[in-house]
Amino acid sequence: MDTLEGIGVSRRSLLAGAAFAGVLGSVIATAPSHAQETAPATGPAPDLSTLPRQKVELVAPPFVHAHDQIAKGGPKVVEFTLIIEEKQLVIDDYGTTVHAMTYNGSVPGPLMVVHQDDYVELTLVNPDTNMLQHNIDFHASTGALGGGGLTLINPGEQVKLRFRATRTGTFVYHCAPGGPMIPWHVVSGMNGAIMVLPRDGLKDGNGKPLSYDHVYYVGEQDFYVPRDEDGNFKSYDSAGDGYDDMVKVMRGLIPTHVVFNGAVGALTGENALTAKVGETVLIVHSQANRDTRPHLIGGHGDHVWQSGKFANAPDVDLETWFVAGGSAAAALYTFLQPGIYAYVNHNLIEAVELGATAHFKVEGEWVDDLMTQVQAPSPIG
Amino acid sequence: MTVLAGPRPVSAVSLLLPAALLLLLLGFMAAESGALRPGEPVASVPAPPTVTIAPRAYSYRAAGEFLRDGVAGDGPLIGVVAPPPLEIMTYQVTAADYWRCVVAGACEAAEPRRKGEGDVPVTGVSFEDAEDYAHWLSAATGTTWRLPTIGEWTFAAGSKAIDPVIGVGSGGDPAARWLAEYERESALGARAFAPPEPVGRFGVNEFGVADLAGPVWEWTASCNGRTALDAGGRQLSHIESCGVRFVEGRHRAAMSTFVRDARGGGCSVGALPDNLGFRLVREPSWFQRLFGA
Repeated sequence: MDTLEGIGVSRRSLLAGAAFAGVLGSVIATAPSHAQETAPATGPAPDLSTLPRQKVELVAPPFVHAHDQIAKGGPKVVEFTLIIEEKQLVIDDYGTTVHAMTYNGSVPGPLMVVHQDDYVELTLVNPDTNMLQHNIDFHASTGALGGGGLTLINPGEQVKLRFRATRTGTFVYHCAPGGPMIPWHVVSGMNGAIMVLPRDGLKDGNGKPLSYDHVYYVGEQDFYVPRDEDGNFKSYDSAGDGYDDMVKVMRGLIPTHVVFNGAVGALTGENALTAKVGETVLIVHSQANRDTRPHLIGGHGDHVWQSGKFANAPDVDLETWFVAGGSAAAALYTFLQPGIYAYVNHNLIEAVELGATAHFKVEGEWVDDLMTQVQAPSPIG
Repeated sequence: MTVLAGPRPVSAVSLLLPAALLLLLLGFMAAESGALRPGEPVASVPAPPTVTIAPRAYSYRAAGEFLRDGVAGDGPLIGVVAPPPLEIMTYQVTAADYWRCVVAGACEAAEPRRKGEGDVPVTGVSFEDAEDYAHWLSAATGTTWRLPTIGEWTFAAGSKAIDPVIGVGSGGDPAARWLAEYERESALGARAFAPPEPVGRFGVNEFGVADLAGPVWEWTASCNGRTALDAGGRQLSHIESCGVRFVEGRHRAAMSTFVRDARGGGCSVGALPDNLGFRLVREPSWFQRLFGA
């Protein structure tokens, strides 16, 4: 526990409590012996003062900041800033609200993109308008609970963390402020993803380069909103007021909402994703808490990294892919036919009843060879 | 198309004798039971306020799926030159009105997702619920109430009726019409779900019919169906599918007759009605038909 004191974890917070120490202790005690065929470069850090620095302005999902698919030059220090914002969000058409905890105001937080061996330098800000203590755990990073142990900050504080992006792939990041606060923050929206691209870009299983015209970031979020005696969703004056009720719903493990990008309909209608026939889209799909199974209705996954890790050969020609809770998958698809595509969690109850549906609007020329209505609906006979 | 059917022509003479007999019988029964007192309706159900729409020429978009020469497209615009007058409820049936039917055991309880405050229209009702209410109200008031057809609804809605024309056929490209329809409905459905507001909140149209473009869509009697036309517009086939009826409001939507909460149904990619309610039309009585309204 000296470690905890040493890294300056605040013990004052009522909400974080001693549970954090317990988690840290158990993780350290069970640190796995980890075999890796191609060990990432280790050893003394290079002189970072000689590396170029790049400051990136993050953009709100489903969009992703501009980036090179193939790295130009050597490793860089890539600077990001995430400002934590506790805010009330409307999560469905009925005006149901949650006290969301967000990185940069969106659920999920923005997708960051770097290349392997770049250094991610994150400034995490917890403005004093917030009520709670927060931090960030990058699944892409190595050590200190993914950075969680070095980034716990109170309202009014900021912290800067740097880690080397040693492994390629799409990885979840999330808040993990200790004990029961961890799932509460994560299912209040406090998660996002980072994509670490291979320096020479994506490749299929045979070493053939792959690229995309658009990348969209879909963050799937399970919400657990308490109901009153009449079955109506409750709202609370503050996140803390709703905490006890919400934990009861969480412990049932059945979400009241499963949504993409923070709300039912956030990626449909006027917010539908767009593409043209012939364009290749990379869909990064994260779920920080719970398993899911994306499916593009009317299309496929041409190349899918189900686990999200680009050092593995992608699966090809998938109908549905699996995203383990606490991970992010990446799926490439070239649209071949115009129309409306529904991109869903193919537990269709979750897609239709709970909200996990996005739409793609795809324009272009219809290809009869791929599909034709040979006979229009007509009377039998 | 059921919507094409107007009131059947009635022979005056054929009605006179049975009507006279019925009137005698009803008068006798009412006198016996003491129900018929001056200034009070026959039953304890107040007659809802209505508006009578005077005849005028109008047109409406035929409901259902249409194929012209094998290509999916908009239904034809149907012109009606001389419709009969139409007596329609000024307001949508209110939650309080509907509750009387529930108390009487003739209607199932409505299931509104959000009830709203005050004297609001009933919402969370299916087509079947609306039919039950119409039967009960007819029995309770001694006149025939029923749901309007799409044509009748358009006739009464006047300038508030929205033509569901898409304007893009699917000639050779099934996606073009689909995309156009999606754009149109996305724009219409962009507003978040709104709970019902007290009746009258959304004003009246040029005929005095209230709340036509508010958050409560209205069931109509018109069935879904598919009609195949030849290149010249002549009907080749028509299959009616009355398990799905149309609701009217800010846009027209097809809805399974048992659905009470359109937004919970999530059946398609298009815009969904906020709430499902209804208003009824009153069939003219025999003497109205004989002598005019």
